[in-house]
Amino acid sequence: MHLMNSSSLFEQLGGADAVEAAVDRFYRKVLTDDRVSRFFDGVDMDRQRAKQKAFLTMAFGGPHNYTGKDMRDGHAHLLKMGLDDSHVDAIIELLGSTLREMGAGEDLIGQVAAIAESTRNDVLGR
Amino acid sequence: MAAIRYGDRLYELRESESVLDALLRAGVPARHSCKAGSCGSCMMRAVDGAVPAKAQTGLKDSWKARGYFLACVCHPDSDLEVAAAEDDAEVPATITSLDRLADDVLRVRLRCGAPFEFRAGQYVTLVRDCQLARSYSIASLPEEGEIELHVRRIPNGRMSGWLSTEAGAGTPVSLLGPSGECFYVPGREDQPMILVGTGTGLAPLYGIVRDALRNGHRGPIQLFHGAVRRDGLYLHDHLTRLAAAHANLEYTASVLEAPDAGDAVSGPIDQLILRRFPNLDGWRGFLCGDPALVGSLRKKLFLAGIASRDIYADAFLPSAT
Ligand SMILES: Cc1cc2nc3c(=O)[nH]c(=O)nc-3n(C[C@H](O)[C@H](O)[C@H](O)COP(=O)(O)OP(=O)(O)OC[C@H]3O[C@@H](n4cnc5c(N)ncnc54)[C@H](O)[C@@H]3O)c2cc1C
Ligand code: HEM
Ligand code: FES
Repeated sequence: MHLMNSSSLFEQLGGADAVEAAVDRFYRKVLTDDRVSRFFDGVDMDRQRAKQKAFLTMAFGGPHNYTGKDMRDGHAHLLKMGLDDSHVDAIIELLGSTLREMGAGEDLIGQVAAIAESTRNDVLGR
Repeated sequence: MAAIRYGDRLYELRESESVLDALLRAGVPARHSCKAGSCGSCMMRAVDGAVPAKAQTGLKDSWKARGYFLACVCHPDSDLEVAAAEDDAEVPATITSLDRLADDVLRVRLRCGAPFEFRAGQYVTLVRDCQLARSYSIASLPEEGEIELHVRRIPNGRMSGWLSTEAGAGTPVSLLGPSGECFYVPGREDQPMILVGTGTGLAPLYGIVRDALRNGHRGPIQLFHGAVRRDGLYLHDHLTRLAAAHANLEYTASVLEAPDAGDAVSGPIDQLILRRFPNLDGWRGFLCGDPALVGSLRKKLFLAGIASRDIYADAFLPSAT
């Protein structure tokens, strides 16, 4: 994912402010979506919210230090709970609808989806 | 692994061990309570070496600048020289009165022996002469002169039991802090507010509500107090009168065990709140008390529309071994 020219995408979306504006919206969707909510059941909201921000920053093409191995390790416990392609599809869809509600154009939404897509195999431990 | 220098000794850290645990393992009587980075009891000062940012989360900037950190969540990558929190972080205080608000709730009033700035709703760490430290939320306003705490008596509780049976007017203690973000920030006077506390979780809310009223808050203020039994509603009459005196304040008491609800509502407090306020978009929320309830209500209020930056919560974490 570092191969993409992603810093300009991050700027076009509005940078860190866009992440801040998106995080509540996205997190509410995730918690209320029956397909994926059970993966986010932990009670500690502060910690969960910080991770949502990390996820959004990464998907928006922003600066981050996560490696493919981090993505594998970070989601390994979810594989045991049954994480599969359908859940990645759902997260990418919720990401898209969040951005759409915030007024982002389809072109940028497509670029964000592509970044998330590029992590699919790592997230699913393949 | 990194090593800790404290006093004239060196303490080796084991894999994933915190500074606090390393000191305790070696028999150092280091203060602590929650062991979760929440109560502030284990604050120490770094004299030399790099403190990980995580060990300073939530501390005041002025304290961070002086190297203060929480030992229970401090996992340094390199050697660190540490010292006990200095006297300037600790304020001597005297217990002025202790009275019973309910069978198992004590009101503790304290006078500080040195200037101590705080906001109603923040918490202080109370330290006994034996160095036992526990955190309690502040129910009083700064201009009231004394600090008021509401302490629930826990069976075999080392601090709450001592306060109930051994301490008395005139007993000296000391205070660390204050800490916490759970207080009224003036501004946005028309914003509706919801405050939910169970048990002595009412203490900070009692301070915050009066702080908001004193600051001229005009928006509706919904105060909920939940208790297991009717006699746990320890400020019922007082809050009923306070609400009668302020048109924008409404007080709702709820009791979990239905048979003795009396004039309170019975049933789980979270269901009661969400039935009455299914849409909380634009509200400000304060949640204090039982950790499990604070955690789950926080999520539910967020889903009902409160922005996460508008939710202030203090979970009363018990001491950990
Ligand atoms: C930020 C913060 C604010 C707090 N504010 C308040 C406050 O305003 N009022 C207040 O009363 N308390 C408050 N607490 C809790 C308080 O700090 C102590 O944990 C509590 O008073 C018990 O201390 P103790 O020394 O009496 O009991 P301990 O000696 O620590 O505990 C004795 C035994 O009881 C268990 N125990 C402790 N607490 C509970 C519990 N709640 N339910 C069941 N078992 C328990 C312990 O695990 C232990 O086995 C707060 C805690 C935090 C972290
Ligand atoms: C689509 C690609 C995905 C990316 C790029 C991604 C990215 C991330 C990142 C960066 C973190 C934070 C890791 C950390 O700091 O520890 C994280 C955590 C998490 N992700 Fe994902 N994620 C993806 C898909 C998913 C999916 C499909 C699910 C489940 C439906 C999921 C559930 C979680 C959970 C529950 C956490 C928190 C884990 C914890 O509490 O430790 N993720 N993800
Ligand atoms: S913050 Fe370290 S023991 Fe509570």
